[in-house]
Amino acid sequence: MLETERVKTLRLDVQDWPGHLPGQHVDIRLTSEDGYQAQRSYSIASPPGSALELTVELVDDGEVSPYLTEEIRIGDRFELRGPVGGYFVWEPSRGGPLLLVAGGSGVVPFRAMLLQLAAAGAPVQATLLHSSRSWDDVIYRDELPALANDDIKVIHTLTRSQPTGWTGYDRRIDRPMLSEAIAAAGAQPLVYICGPTLLVETAANALVELGVPPVRVRTERFGPTS
Amino acid sequence: MNDTLMLDGNAVAGDLAELFGFEMTAMAHRCMHCGNVGAMGTLLAWTQGPGVTLRCCICREVVIRIVRTASRTLVDVSGAAYLEMPAT
Repeated sequence: MLETERVKTLRLDVQDWPGHLPGQHVDIRLTSEDGYQAQRSYSIASPPGSALELTVELVDDGEVSPYLTEEIRIGDRFELRGPVGGYFVWEPSRGGPLLLVAGGSGVVPFRAMLLQLAAAGAPVQATLLHSSRSWDDVIYRDELPALANDDIKVIHTLTRSQPTGWTGYDRRIDRPMLSEAIAAAGAQPLVYICGPTLLVETAANALVELGVPPVRVRTERFGPTS
Repeated sequence: MNDTLMLDGNAVAGDLAELFGFEMTAMAHRCMHCGNVGAMGTLLAWTQGPGVTLRCCICREVVIRIVRTASRTLVDVSGAAYLEMPAT
């Protein structure tokens, strides 16, 4: 399924898939005919108890994403390891309220978390703050706002261009924005941050400066902005 | 250290699970250098080199290094005072 011009969601049929938790990922390894191997990690986009879905952003000089977004055909087979990861996961026992901070495709694990919450009638409150370049670049731009209710809030910031009449944030995530997001999320939020490394560093440092205990901030970095 | 290339322990969760036989990123470690105790997922990771280097998120000293060759894997944990693993 096409999410944006450069981002697709794939549904994979994995034999004996053991199930997964929101925030876990899989490693995909491609091997060329001459034996060269390339491996990348992709966050799981689907909630527990459902088929495995990955949302993949095309990286122009990438070794794995061009195959997954452009060349892959129904029926293709490739090597997959997972689910992996146990740190950047959320389970109902961890409680809330949740503040989820995403840069670009860093929103992928949060789709799994929010769909799980929505299906369970949101046992905890969650606020998503999602930074994207433009409205056309917003991944899940119809799907996640549709989940919004008294318990689930979705806040966007568009850093490069905004549609006419846009009244939301129009800058990179900064301390004042995070301060307002904490206010929206509720007292003592449990924070997850996922995105390009520099965004994660900025947001994590600002949240700690704003008084969020470091043990309540979990981070996942995916390197330079594509 | 190139900070824009920096990842974290989550990025090597699959490799760690394969090496140790357990999901390791939610397990604790203690940094030999500064004494920080935290989940392995909090370690800062550099994966673009010939091996993987995991550094303490507080003092940035090296905690774990992993190098794979065609015939063997070398794991240097001299920067960790201990690693936690699940009960067996």
